[in-house]
Amino acid sequence: MKSATLPRVLPGFTLSLGYTISYLSLIVLIPLAAVFIKTAAMPLDAFWQTVTAPRVLASYRLSFGMALLAAAINSVFGLLLAWSLVRYRFPGKKLVDALVDLPFALPTAVAGIALTALYAGNGWIGRHLEPLGIKVAFGPLGVLVALVFIGLPFVVRTVQPVLEDLDTELEEAATSLGAHRWQTFRHVILPALQPALMTGFALAFARAVGEYGSVIFIAGNIPMVSEITPLMIISKLEQYDYRGATAIASVMLVVSFLLLLAINGLQAWQAKRSGRSA
Amino acid sequence: MSATVSNLYAQHDRAALLESRQATRENPWVKAGILVAALGFFAVFLLLPLAVVFVEALAKGWGTYLEALTEPDARSAIWLTLSAAAISVPLNLVFGVAAAWAITRFEFRGKQLLITLIDLPFSVSPVVAGLVYVLVFSNHGWFGPWLSEHDIKIIFAIPGIVLATVFVTVPFIARELIPLMQAQGREEEEAAVVLGARGWQVFWHVTLPNIRWALLYGVILSNARAMGEFGAVSVVSGHIRGETNTLPLHVEILYNEYNFAAAFAVARCWPCWRS
Repeated sequence: MKSATLPRVLPGFTLSLGYTISYLSLIVLIPLAAVFIKTAAMPLDAFWQTVTAPRVLASYRLSFGMALLAAAINSVFGLLLAWSLVRYRFPGKKLVDALVDLPFALPTAVAGIALTALYAGNGWIGRHLEPLGIKVAFGPLGVLVALVFIGLPFVVRTVQPVLEDLDTELEEAATSLGAHRWQTFRHVILPALQPALMTGFALAFARAVGEYGSVIFIAGNIPMVSEITPLMIISKLEQYDYRGATAIASVMLVVSFLLLLAINGLQAWQAKRSGRSA
Repeated sequence: MSATVSNLYAQHDRAALLESRQATRENPWVKAGILVAALGFFAVFLLLPLAVVFVEALAKGWGTYLEALTEPDARSAIWLTLSAAAISVPLNLVFGVAAAWAITRFEFRGKQLLITLIDLPFSVSPVVAGLVYVLVFSNHGWFGPWLSEHDIKIIFAIPGIVLATVFVTVPFIARELIPLMQAQGREEEEAAVVLGARGWQVFWHVTLPNIRWALLYGVILSNARAMGEFGAVSVVSGHIRGETNTLPLHVEILYNEYNFAAAFAVARCWPCWRS
């Protein structure tokens, strides 16, 4: 706060801030506001009927349920992967490190088709699961697989840097005080990683809830069973039901806002914690 | 590997150091278990899908592969995807630099809110991103009557595709630059100003050399996302073959026509531009 009262040495404050705010307003904020303005113009009972229709409710259950499950799976395996990348040496480590970003870079439609080919009844993995009675592609499990795929880098890339910066002296102190390795992990390492882990979880969850491209190919899109919420918006649009699409979109937007607030709170917490330990 | 050898490399490889110390290493069985679980998961969820794309693309030989890429609809889709990325990446580059400069070099009220708003497109569903432009620019939208009066088409045309692409890639470059410029601090720039450099000189000669790698990484990521965006573009494009079909949409059409080898051939085309 103090520096705000000092004279500014660097130039370009008005220009850069003005440009940032106008660009953001034009591209993101005003168009997003359109969703809420259109929704506000809707009669309340029509809005309520649209967003609580049985098929839409089923899609919330699938989208939010599978996104939560996928984020949880990614938190566990993302932590293991980040741990292996920071703590161990193994052949092909550089390749693994580079390929973790693949879901960021691979177009979602391509990812969706590749996963479908992999898990369909005649695919490399589906072939072995089908005899066991496990049907992955074209069902809710397929949605889960796609959401795990796209969410993994969020957890790895938020946990990895924190793990790299972690002071090993704390672990040494714990060991010399007689703690077992598991106790050290449970009471020293895990608390330090917790904010990063939760941020990664929230980011993966936020992305998974809204994901469309990689899911629709593998989901099979069976009404009441494997339809995700973004697909409900698309199908309303295809019937030229703009109001219905807008109503569902406003529900999704409120969830995104809440998630974003949570993520920001977590990041502030993490910054505070790392500031204290430094 | 013996302990002495790993000690030699200890300064260079932190993992080696951590593995060599009693306090920071696990029982070998635990370590093997963690590695098997982590790498097994990695192989099933990342390596196999990538392998499938390559194998299926060439399933019918190189001839089909090349044919799928040079067919007119595919070429027009490639052209449209490249143009959309070529417009949206520079726009977001300028935005990212301006936002990072304002946020990291000055103190002002509402800074945290601004950072949150920049992140917004990350957590908004791509489908909703497409929808908002439909609400603003389509025939039923805010500017619809005015646009059709002046014979300007945005939705189901190229401008809509560009707008949707810009929306989903807004945060990428700013997100790369902000933490870096925050960590670097503003002393170097202030010194340059005190020594008499003007605004743009400071930016070109002091700031830019410091941030160039983060800038490049941000450009690569946002370019990848711009070229691969599916949901948002699918809503605004109208899927007109040869006109408003981008590459991801073209892949979807081929896939729905059960033309798997061609779909994967076009799909595989992405990595070659990206590197």
